[in-house]
Amino acid sequence: MKTRLFLLIAGFLTVLSGSSAIAGENKLVLTGSSTVAPLALEIAKRLEKENPGIRVDVQTGGSSRGINDARMGLADVGMVSRALKPEESDLTPYTIAMDGIGMIVHKSNPVQKLSDEQIKDIYTGAIENWKDAGGTDMPITVVNKAEGRSTLELFLHHFSLKNSEIKADVVIGDNQQGIKTVSGNLGSIGYVSIGTAEYEEQHGTPIRLLPMEGIPATGENVQKETFPLSRQLNLVVKNTPSPLARKFIKYAQSKDVHDLIEAQFFVPLADE
Amino acid sequence: MILLKPSFLYRLLMNKWSIDRGASAFLAVLAGLSASLLVLVVIFLGKESWPVLSHGGWHMFLSGSGWYPLEGQFGLTPMILASLAMMAGAIILAVPFGLAGAIFVRFYAPPVLAGTYKAMMALLAGIPSVVFGLWGLTVLVPLIGQIQPPGSSLLAAILILALMILPTVALTSFAALEAIPHNILNGAQALGMTRKGQILFVAVPAARASIIGGILLAMARALGETMAVLMVAGNVVQNPDSLFTSVRALTANIALEMAYANDLHRASLFASGLFLTALVFLLSWLASYSSKDVRHG
Repeated sequence: MKTRLFLLIAGFLTVLSGSSAIAGENKLVLTGSSTVAPLALEIAKRLEKENPGIRVDVQTGGSSRGINDARMGLADVGMVSRALKPEESDLTPYTIAMDGIGMIVHKSNPVQKLSDEQIKDIYTGAIENWKDAGGTDMPITVVNKAEGRSTLELFLHHFSLKNSEIKADVVIGDNQQGIKTVSGNLGSIGYVSIGTAEYEEQHGTPIRLLPMEGIPATGENVQKETFPLSRQLNLVVKNTPSPLARKFIKYAQSKDVHDLIEAQFFVPLADE
Repeated sequence: MILLKPSFLYRLLMNKWSIDRGASAFLAVLAGLSASLLVLVVIFLGKESWPVLSHGGWHMFLSGSGWYPLEGQFGLTPMILASLAMMAGAIILAVPFGLAGAIFVRFYAPPVLAGTYKAMMALLAGIPSVVFGLWGLTVLVPLIGQIQPPGSSLLAAILILALMILPTVALTSFAALEAIPHNILNGAQALGMTRKGQILFVAVPAARASIIGGILLAMARALGETMAVLMVAGNVVQNPDSLFTSVRALTANIALEMAYANDLHRASLFASGLFLTALVFLLSWLASYSSKDVRHG
């Protein structure tokens, strides 16, 4: 009985001491945009491999979560998939890549392009069937993003819409949920990060990116800055970053991760 | 000095009366901690939602203008209706199947089948809700979408929730049926009742209180389910007009927006959480009240 008690306490203390070795200076927490998250995850994995003993945690939740968590200290670094607004000047952004926002439809949808007017009409409910937009007779399932996501904010800003004007059929959170919803529904239309969509198209998911204003939605066009709806992918910190955060940001902005950025179909920035 | 002698202390503390009182004091502290945790949670919810509740702000929850928090509109009604509709639909589906399964296992099944069924129910109960959500999103929603777009709908949420609460209903009903004193069933058999009569008119009424308790607990679980519902219900804030409309549950709303909500928006989310907690309390209290009725022997 006494030996069992002793073993229990000894085991408990070992577990405690083990976990505290990881907490503290060797752990980094990033939260925020679901667009930046896969890229941040890949960079984190490579950094962890080159520096054993560090742990990097990546969580999604939307760009607004990234901003909030960075402000309140809940995360070391926030991931934000847009440029910072004037009222967010208490945070410092570090741009790591560029990306665009493209409209996606199901692969089997015969529609090849949509004008800005048509997109606005579809999202406000003025057009409800694909036959009115140049396609077959199929009702349109409008997929919108939840509030707090930067992809939604940029979409609304570009098309001069308010969220209350949009008549959505499905509201999704992460990019991945959007892709799964559009790929599971023949008549759906949504908007996601071009990088994520190109990556999924490449891996066989049945979606297709539509050109905007006639310009194809590719990473190339985002890089050439000819695509109308593009945005920065930022890592934000409040005040000065901790040494580990600084290391991560420096690594993320270095040339070493350009292959990771391109593998996700984002656009690396011009030479630093 | 003699008081500190090890053998004296040993006899003072290690006799069965002291150990008993010591143990009961220790257990009382642990129980008190768990109970106080609950009280603290409720106090925290109340405190965080106070800004919106104190000025009679709950009027705006019932306004018909819709949920656009960034534009200052906090109409909760569509989401309350959606949560209740999902719970009702899930119960309507899960109770007949669960009860039937429990009756089958208790009275008709051979031991091997009974054991397998119980193991499968326990397994189903253990599947994480996000797995149900993933299955719903990739399999169920496209299937429903072929009948009627968009697929993500009240129906999808009801089906997933029914799957999730089915084991709860089945296992609690089974335990209730097993706990019936044998002399009641023996008496029914001695009176020459048919098997069906024994089950429907003697066993089930005798176990009624515990079965209802199990159903109420399943309702509480359906009300509180977040992840699976978030993934399959569509999340559009509108009234559940038909089974195929996309709806947003109160729980899914909190999960989608809590991360970035400020001030009044945040207080509204906490108020909706308080409302849900109150509903669950009510259901749990009803469950314990109904099982107080249990009379045996």
